[in-house]
Amino acid sequence: MRDGLRGADPRPLLLANARVVDPSRGADFHGDVFLAEGVVKDAAFGLAAAGAPDGAEVIDCRGAVVAPGLIDMRAFVGEPGAEHRETLATASHAAAAGGVTTIICQPDTDPVVDDPAIVDFILRRARDTAVVRVHPMAAITKGLKGEEMTEIGLLKAAGAVAFTDAHKSVASALLLRRALTYARDFDALVVHHTEDASLSDGAMNESEFASRLGLSGCAKAAETIVLERDVRLVAGARGRYHAAALTCADSLAVLERAKEAGLPVTASVSINHLSFNELDIGGYRTFFKLRPPLRSEEEREALIRALASGLIDVVVSDHWPQDVEGKRLPFSEAEPGAVGLETLLSAALRLVHADKVDLVNLLHALSTRPAEILGLRGGTLKPGAPADVIVFDPDMPFVLDKTQLKSRSRNTPFDEARLAGRVLRTIVAGSIVYEYV
Amino acid sequence: MNPAPALSLPGRDLIGIQGLSAPEITGLLDLAEEFIELNRQIEKKRTTLRGRTQINLFFEASTRTQSSFEIAGKRLGADVMNMSVGSSSVKKGETLIDTAITLNAMHPDILVVRHHASGAVELLARKVDCCVVNAGDGAHEHPTQALLDALTIRRNKGRIGGLVVAICGDVAHSRVARSNIILLQALGAQVRVVAPSTLLPTGIENFGVEVHRTMEDGIASADIVMMLRLQRERMAGAYIPSVREYFHYFGLDEAKLRYAKPDALVMHPGPMNRGVEIDSSVADGPQSLIREQVEMGVAVRMAVLDTLARKLPNA
Repeated sequence: MRDGLRGADPRPLLLANARVVDPSRGADFHGDVFLAEGVVKDAAFGLAAAGAPDGAEVIDCRGAVVAPGLIDMRAFVGEPGAEHRETLATASHAAAAGGVTTIICQPDTDPVVDDPAIVDFILRRARDTAVVRVHPMAAITKGLKGEEMTEIGLLKAAGAVAFTDAHKSVASALLLRRALTYARDFDALVVHHTEDASLSDGAMNESEFASRLGLSGCAKAAETIVLERDVRLVAGARGRYHAAALTCADSLAVLERAKEAGLPVTASVSINHLSFNELDIGGYRTFFKLRPPLRSEEEREALIRALASGLIDVVVSDHWPQDVEGKRLPFSEAEPGAVGLETLLSAALRLVHADKVDLVNLLHALSTRPAEILGLRGGTLKPGAPADVIVFDPDMPFVLDKTQLKSRSRNTPFDEARLAGRVLRTIVAGSIVYEYV
Repeated sequence: MNPAPALSLPGRDLIGIQGLSAPEITGLLDLAEEFIELNRQIEKKRTTLRGRTQINLFFEASTRTQSSFEIAGKRLGADVMNMSVGSSSVKKGETLIDTAITLNAMHPDILVVRHHASGAVELLARKVDCCVVNAGDGAHEHPTQALLDALTIRRNKGRIGGLVVAICGDVAHSRVARSNIILLQALGAQVRVVAPSTLLPTGIENFGVEVHRTMEDGIASADIVMMLRLQRERMAGAYIPSVREYFHYFGLDEAKLRYAKPDALVMHPGPMNRGVEIDSSVADGPQSLIREQVEMGVAVRMAVLDTLARKLPNA
């Protein structure tokens, strides 16, 4: 498997008898996909009927979906510094099992990704140990301290695909404005966590339910205030800006206005906020402690509508592994976050099964759109695109068992959830890196 | 004395008032009445808990509640051990489950737990085999305080249903307020909360209480005025401008108390900040039930321990 990305030429693959979904063309048809030399050669009806090319392995997909591999724009991988929670290798196996062929990892490692040498380290470790593609994001500010800008030019040249302070907002408007202005010169993307620290110093969403549990709350306004400020900064600076994870309708209204004004603003939503609401916390269940926190059902529904309408660009896993010690604590003291690489697609397919979002649009938000925003070549089945492809059965039912997860941490909110949709094969650069057996 | 009435609680533990039915609450109060009599006799000992081990595990300092539980346990014949866990370390929560597992291995029968984090007692209860009594968890619940308050009210007013009870002060951070709101409503009282808006929890309107922002409105015609301690150590966010201003608008003095019914009674869970939320003339005045609350505390805790002990194996 390790040869997947480095290896010589994988054998050509003909994925036959498939439901081909290529969100980059809005296409959904019965046909075949031919992969060779690490790229997509063709995706069309009747390729198999014309006969398999010499030496090609033919896989009968039996009507399963063939689509571009997912690109997850927000995942924490513990390497370097928190390898006991997740390594590039374990995260990549989790990703492969979940149909994610490209991980965009967060810079809040130890040390922080604020130096080109660390970008280089991650890329080399990923090349040597990971089975899917890995692109690091670098910090906007040195040490994530919110004080000094990082070397955006050098970091980008080293391979950083975007700039973010992970789960922290840059409190200084001046600093963020300069970063956006400077980043524009390098066409660098700023991915910003929108949460005012002073208004979000709580354990969960600020609500009646929080009051009943006796937990301190994080106001929704903490998010909208920062987003609103950021949009004004983008209007002046014109740097490309991406809101890392929106959670409420008020923020969606701000996003909509920014887009209508033609600003270079895009946004993600995490699969957790599309799947759960604050009531899932129930009796202090720490696996549902997230950052930003889960909101009300009303907000969740607004997020789903925004995804369906295309207002929300991207769905991310917000993969955030935590070890047992971090979660077996009283709720207010527990670490936030949930693993999500492996469950991203299955959980997102719930929205398709519930007729909230159609499959092409969902996959667009999971592959094509993140590729466009990040300037990556994937997210499409057009000829010449990287052969990062997944085969999945959108209807195969299963009950998630967290002990079966490949991630090194098991903090999933989907434990024992009934899901439908399973990845059968994950192909990266033309090599099969995961096969469901 | 008559034999104690047969009663039970829904689970092995007492984590909160939430989930208790009105008959269960009334049953506990009735049993506590018997212990009041017992506690006033020279021979105060019962043997209900003989041979049982009770550990009072306090992650947050509390002289009053801890000694009340200790006396309650001892009067019922239990061997009582007090454990106070230092509360200075930031990472104190890390030891919670380890502490639970360690103590559990010593085979206690009853664990009385106080913790500064909401939900911590419930978490601990899931890790041990004995019965667990919540002696206060964060801003969540303090069930025995609500029970002793109810007992105090019932003995002085003869009933709880139909009374107007005004709970005044730092409702936002108060587990006493939460437990009392649930209990008093379950028994049919009309509950009001009175506080500046910064000290009211989000969504309090949906708790079934009347919300007031001035003492004059809030305690008008009230039967019971229940003051809450202003949790000064939790005031990191500057919820009020100054103690002086707070006392001026929300401190209970004789002038404000005149808005309540002439026979209104005053309560406070203690420890009091005299001159902050309550004036000494009221705290020590003829309408004050504050000392009686402490007496009821022992009786109610005996009733809770007695009731839970009946569910212990080999009981």
